[in-house]
Amino acid sequence: MSAVLRLLSRRLGISLIVLVGVSMLIFGIARVIPGDPARIALGPNATEEQVANLREALHLNDPVVVQYGYFVADLLQGDLGVSLYTNRPVTLDIAQFLPATLELVLFAGVLMVGIGLPLGMWSARYRGRWPDHLIRVVSLLGVSAPSFVWAVILMLLFAFFLPIFPIAGRITDSFEITRVTGFLLVDTLLAGNGAAFADALWHIFLPAFALAVSGIGQAARLTRANMVETYDRPYVEMAQAYGFSARRIAAKYAFKPSLIPSLTIIGLDFAAMLGNAFLVEAVFAWPGLSRYGVAVILRKDLNAIIGTVLIISATFLIVNLIVDLLIAFLNPRIRHSERGAS
Amino acid sequence: MSDVLEVRDLCLRFRGYSGMSEVLHGISLNVRAGERVALVGESGSGKSVTARIVLGLLQELPSAQVEGGLFFEGEDLNRLSRRQWQALRGTSISMIFQDPTSSLNPVFTIGTQFAEVLRRRDPKLSREAADERAGTLLQSVSIHDHARVLGAYPFQLSGGMNQRVVIAMALANHPSLLIADEPGTALDVTVQAQTLKLMHELVERSGTAVLFISHNLGVVREFADRVFVIYRGRIVEQGPTPAIFEDPGHAYTRALMAAVPRITGGGLPELNDSESAFLDPMVVHEGGKA
Ligand SMILES: Nc1ncnc2c1ncn2[C@@H]1O[C@H](COP(=O)(O)OP(=O)(O)OP(=O)(O)O)[C@@H](O)[C@H]1O
Ligand SMILES: [Mg+2]
Repeated sequence: MSAVLRLLSRRLGISLIVLVGVSMLIFGIARVIPGDPARIALGPNATEEQVANLREALHLNDPVVVQYGYFVADLLQGDLGVSLYTNRPVTLDIAQFLPATLELVLFAGVLMVGIGLPLGMWSARYRGRWPDHLIRVVSLLGVSAPSFVWAVILMLLFAFFLPIFPIAGRITDSFEITRVTGFLLVDTLLAGNGAAFADALWHIFLPAFALAVSGIGQAARLTRANMVETYDRPYVEMAQAYGFSARRIAAKYAFKPSLIPSLTIIGLDFAAMLGNAFLVEAVFAWPGLSRYGVAVILRKDLNAIIGTVLIISATFLIVNLIVDLLIAFLNPRIRHSERGAS
Repeated sequence: MSDVLEVRDLCLRFRGYSGMSEVLHGISLNVRAGERVALVGESGSGKSVTARIVLGLLQELPSAQVEGGLFFEGEDLNRLSRRQWQALRGTSISMIFQDPTSSLNPVFTIGTQFAEVLRRRDPKLSREAADERAGTLLQSVSIHDHARVLGAYPFQLSGGMNQRVVIAMALANHPSLLIADEPGTALDVTVQAQTLKLMHELVERSGTAVLFISHNLGVVREFADRVFVIYRGRIVEQGPTPAIFEDPGHAYTRALMAAVPRITGGGLPELNDSESAFLDPMVVHEGGKA
């Protein structure tokens, strides 16, 4: 079995254990939130008998362990139960709201990597000179405020005082887009509607940027720090002695070895954006999973709470897995962990 | 015989927190075509900085201030643009560093790195053609399973193997000057001796001039035609290797010689700096003049 496959199977195993742990934890916590879910769902006018019937139907009178058993049995069939809030299967609700959140987070991730890494690279290449000082100040600024603060600031600046970007939503309502993937940037392209694509891009940019700002700063700082260290390595001096251009050395010989240690943290930052996205969604009225998540928690909608948390955790783990694979792919020492002879 | 390299009255100062500190106080040396010249001195005497100045690397450091004449094949290096100087590196002048394994990039295969080196001379070279040429060059340093070596990463090869690779790379573009800064000091003694012998044969065959920087007088005696002894940023003695070894004229050189028996393991022991005779004027042996 190759090193990468071994890594993959080990990480999948660990992910599964984490998911089981998370599901137990959230299952327990959700039941500790005060209030009777059946009573909240049926409203104050329902009779005691109706409430008792619903409690029975939801197995709420059984011990928590037994309830968890029912939950797992359903989950194995891909059933997360029915939401008491929307009266629809939780899986259906999540399928409706998750793509908007994922699209936002993925776009923010692209911004983080696409802006943060080059900034860090330039900073390291011009270390000690003015482009470095400038980039370091900017990235420090980026990491110094949480993303929801950036969301408010950016919205005020670029959607309110200077109305360059829309203030809310994913797309202008007049566009009719058939839902295929749920990712508007993809669906508009599939529909061949360029104007709608541009509109969706225009809508997603500001919230995604707000979500990405601290990640950009973090990625830039990390890349710079690792690269500055790499610049002192003999192989960089050798590249200089062989007359490779400063630009090529920065972009290739110093960048790639420095990327490997940065990538783990960047991956974690990226996954953390899933959580931060909830607040940014609230600021920009982004119709993602956050509104749903908040609503179901307030209503003690047990199935929906557990479903939402599980999906977010699973996404987090998948992101981490992808990052680990990427690192293994970039790092020859992992890829070829068996040492060649002599 | 014409000079491949001439260094004339070279001064180097570093700007530091406590003002300027002078590291080279006007050193002059020359390397003639096809000649092997050693620059010998203890740690910190200014050998590596001299090499880096010849390559034009130290000049790019804002804190370094370099003065003095530098001529390569009769051309005044100081009058070249940065780009022109850069064009000489890796083509007409190449360099070998102390530790072969850490001077190869850890995340690219030997083949990729070799191809990049060959493209310094021949920018349009395809990867297949590069691999073929690299294979031939590796053969010349007695690496026969070159396909495996080209596909390997430096960490998958032994230090001695990497040293051969580095030697082959350094000579790949037929440089007229090779600067070797304590090559192989990081390797164990027998491997170091083997690879040095190999390098010796190759430069002799190709007629490449070498500026050989070393701690190790035993190796210098075997390898070099002429020797420059450097002490604290000054050349204190120079001349043909036999003359220097038979009749060391300067107190510092004599102190170095006295330390020779202990050198087989690598570096020189610290010499007693308080010896005022070390500051005596330079001793020049016959035939050692530029
Ligand atoms: N970038 C730099 N900034 C300040 N001082 C430096 C710098 N590089 C070298 N020096 C100083 O210059 C002197 C000569 O250094 P150099 O590396 O040339 O020594 P060396 O003769 O090669 O010694 P070794 O045998 O240990 O390699 C040392 O005292 C060193 O501290
Ligand atoms: Mg040195």
